Amino acid sequence: MFARLDRKVTPYLFVAPFFVLFATFGVYPLARTAWMSLHRWDLLTGPVRFSGLANYAHLFTDPLFYNALANTASIFVVSTVPQLAAALGIAALLDRPLRGRTAWHGAVLLPNLVPVVAVALVFTQLFGRDQGFVTWVLTWFGADPFDWQAHAWSAHLGVAVMVIWRWTGYNALLYLAAMQAVPRELHEAAALDGASRARVFRSVTLPGIRPTLLFTVVVSAIGGLQLFTEPRLFGVGSSGGNDRQFQTLVMYLYENGFERFDAGYAAAISWVLFALCAVLASVNAVLVRRLVGRG
Amino acid sequence: MRRAPGVLARAALLLVVVGSLFPLYWSIVVASHDNAAMSARVPPLLPGGELGHNAHAVFEAVDFQAAMANSAIVAGTVTVSNVLLSTLAGFAFAHLVFRGRRVLFGLVLGSVLVPALLGVVPMFELVSGLGWYGRLEAVIVPGLVSAFGVFWMRQACREAVPRELVDAARVDGCSLPRVYWHVVLPALRPNALVLAMLTFLTSWNDFFWPLVVLDPVESPTVQLALSHLAGGYYTDYPLVLTGAVLGTLPVVVLFALLARKLVTGLVGGRVNP
Repeated sequence: MFARLDRKVTPYLFVAPFFVLFATFGVYPLARTAWMSLHRWDLLTGPVRFSGLANYAHLFTDPLFYNALANTASIFVVSTVPQLAAALGIAALLDRPLRGRTAWHGAVLLPNLVPVVAVALVFTQLFGRDQGFVTWVLTWFGADPFDWQAHAWSAHLGVAVMVIWRWTGYNALLYLAAMQAVPRELHEAAALDGASRARVFRSVTLPGIRPTLLFTVVVSAIGGLQLFTEPRLFGVGSSGGNDRQFQTLVMYLYENGFERFDAGYAAAISWVLFALCAVLASVNAVLVRRLVGRG
Repeated sequence: MRRAPGVLARAALLLVVVGSLFPLYWSIVVASHDNAAMSARVPPLLPGGELGHNAHAVFEAVDFQAAMANSAIVAGTVTVSNVLLSTLAGFAFAHLVFRGRRVLFGLVLGSVLVPALLGVVPMFELVSGLGWYGRLEAVIVPGLVSAFGVFWMRQACREAVPRELVDAARVDGCSLPRVYWHVVLPALRPNALVLAMLTFLTSWNDFFWPLVVLDPVESPTVQLALSHLAGGYYTDYPLVLTGAVLGTLPVVVLFALLARKLVTGLVGGRVNP
């Protein structure tokens, strides 16, 4: 009797903690975000009135929303393209016989473990106009002290550098793991056939790690949509520069929800973000299925 | 036959490592000088002798002791709980047969990619409704178990715990909770260690959610205290980066102790032929 109960019920008890927390802090907030977004809703006092799609109508004509969307996209492109290209190169280097492999891997991974806040603070110092190391280096070439936060392009570049520094090594190790799973015989066969090393890399290695490449692009995009800490701490104030030239979507969400207490509007922004993430995740799923099916 | 990297490749790798380490080195340089030294036309390039003095100033400026203690409590609790509960669920998904298992595991997979911060507004409402605003429960409870952890431990359980072992233990009259405690947990210790380290780091480094539900002065975590330190109109970098160095130190120590296991856990233990 007890043994039967153990076999029937215990598995559910084992997975229950996850699902209780997932329902409470995952599903419920997401559903309620949708509900909130259909209201004028004050964060501290609660719902004011049902307003239908008014928050979304406002959102799609709000220049500040488009500004944040454009900044987020721009920082994403500037940080992801060089980052993944560099990660690929680093992985190729690490894939060769090296002495002290763990030490190399560790040194490459270390930036990813440093608290984001600390990263943002030291890079803000590095890019500082008056005491910054980068500014000092630029003076060797005769440049004047430069205010990195003042222009959109340079601020995006500054934030992107932080993201690149944190994530390149991590992605390199993911690529490395994928490369090592590609059968060595393929490399050797190609080499015997007289293919150059670049050719082997392009025709054997790259196709072999395609699912991982795709995975990192999607994960970077989902991470890029959520970018907050780096731009928030880059420079004085919390709105991403005097003209919001580096305010991201999540910063705009935070401003509306937790500085102006406009919960309804913040919820609408969240829901748009969620839709963007869902699109990215399903693109990933479809592409992976197609690639795996073909391979 | 793969060739060992040539001079150029070695130089490139070395450059990457220098780039990885330089911002950390630079934090120490700034943290060990005073503001006057950093404002010189040519900034100092080697560490100075002001670190102790600056550290003292950090503890004067914000309640850094409380911040360290709070972060340790939060990250410690979340880590232990996430490892135990993720292993529990991962074991069930890997080796136990029950109705709805596939659908439920599909939900776990689906939720890995959904960022928790999208529900942040109702989360705030929920947590303050529970009376947790400004209390550590607000950052501990939502992190007690993670989808990533469940996924990771299920995989580990499939590879490291043979189903026959579980069946044999049950034939001998061992109940499932005892199988979990005496067979599964000990067998998964290396995987659990990697998950523990990743969880600890994520929790220790978290900024967005603590910013929403905690008070940077009354209930600071290390990251909140740091951003508070940097938040004035004028930023005193030696002070701020001293805080950053102090707040990064536990992470670096942990990494130094466990780097080998973490790297093998992420890259896989495959040895190149």
